[in-house]
Amino acid sequence: MNELHAIIESIVFAAESSVSLDRLCELLPEFDRGEIKCAVTDLSAVFAERDGGVHLVEVAGGWQFRTRPPYQQYVGRLVKVKAAKFSQSALETLAIIAYRQPITRAEVEHLRSVDSGAVLKSLLDKKLVKILGKKDIPGRPLIYGTSKEFLEVFGLKDLKSLPTLKEIQALDEAPQFERQEELPLGDGVPEEVEESLPFG
Amino acid sequence: MLPQHHTHRDEAPSLLEGMYQSYSVHLEKFDGPLDLLLHLIRKHELDICDIPIAEITRQYLEYIRLMKDLNLEVAGDFLVMAATLLQIKSRMLLPVDDPDEGEEDASDPRAALIQRLLEYQQYKEAGQVIGARALLGREVFVRGAIDPLVLEAKSEEGPIEVDLFELVDVFRALLNRIPAESFHEVAPGDSLSIADCINEILSLLQEREMVPFDELVNDDLTRERVIVTFLALLELCRLRLINIIQNGHQGPIWLIPAVSASHESSGTLSDE
Repeated sequence: MNELHAIIESIVFAAESSVSLDRLCELLPEFDRGEIKCAVTDLSAVFAERDGGVHLVEVAGGWQFRTRPPYQQYVGRLVKVKAAKFSQSALETLAIIAYRQPITRAEVEHLRSVDSGAVLKSLLDKKLVKILGKKDIPGRPLIYGTSKEFLEVFGLKDLKSLPTLKEIQALDEAPQFERQEELPLGDGVPEEVEESLPFG
Repeated sequence: MLPQHHTHRDEAPSLLEGMYQSYSVHLEKFDGPLDLLLHLIRKHELDICDIPIAEITRQYLEYIRLMKDLNLEVAGDFLVMAATLLQIKSRMLLPVDDPDEGEEDASDPRAALIQRLLEYQQYKEAGQVIGARALLGREVFVRGAIDPLVLEAKSEEGPIEVDLFELVDVFRALLNRIPAESFHEVAPGDSLSIADCINEILSLLQEREMVPFDELVNDDLTRERVIVTFLALLELCRLRLINIIQNGHQGPIWLIPAVSASHESSGTLSDE
């Protein structure tokens, strides 16, 4: 534990939300990026080794202290637990959007073969899903993708850290099956979404 | 989790009874026709890649009949699938004689359905994997924090909902602040789209609970920008994605996501 470790720890602790590496570098011009990157990873390892009530994790592209799951029931006495477990239809819809974004409601409904308006609305309300724009086909339907909030709630570093569909398939040895072609994208889709799809 | 029915295929009546008994348990579980089909396939240990279509159709229709018997509304999606199954079944009964007729995948009428089932199964499993993660605000917590800006805006005076005309007034005022355009200016090729603007606003709101109205147009005060922003805001209001509030007259106008009440205590505000 050197001084840089302590500095980073204090910053991440004081921050209201996760602190990205870029932000740390901006705040600490005295140190170079490599040093900071090493230090924050080390620090995370220190907390992991300490095996205490909190750990330092990278979520949605930033570093954040989070309580560790084994202590949920105790923290739950202090904090009002807000989230209900998600329903199967919500998770399934979320998975489709996460893996296939940008995607329209009609495409989601085709995959699920069931009306998904209500589920989609509730995911939008919970901010797990956001509107990315409109697809450049007749009717200009809205296209959806997962939000930063999605990564935060599910504790994911980025979309790439989702298990790939192949890995999930391997879990229960489902038959091999070709992935569908990527959807043609309309205008107004942020670049980053395409880059960060979890298909390597 | 489910009551097991070890029923042979030829014992249709007892199967039906079994379904009656466990009906309320079952119904909750099916999120759609594909989910029901997957359940039937798994329950009878059928090969998903070689579905006995007559058998599965019978089971499926029985189930729908059951729903009707119990006076439950059968969702249209379930009926569409029933029709699809019957169509596949009838096509399989027909001899394949004319290769010119029919679609390209005429080789096996089940192919499309099997593909959809496999794909659906994949996402269903992916959903379960995602759902098994420790969730923020449930299993995992962050330090509680309240955005001081939000506090300030939600002062005791209480926000006033802004109506359309006030919004229009603000835009008129803004447009007046823009210097008159010179006449020989050529319109830039890559014009700003409303969709882009909606994205910008939504991602701003994703990062912060509230965004002051001025901020949307401040950095790029052109007539085009202001008008596109205005149209984007109207569109967002129409879609009921945002609310527009104002603290007192002449106060700043704030944009807040339409659904934020449940969100305040979460501590996941994420501005940097």
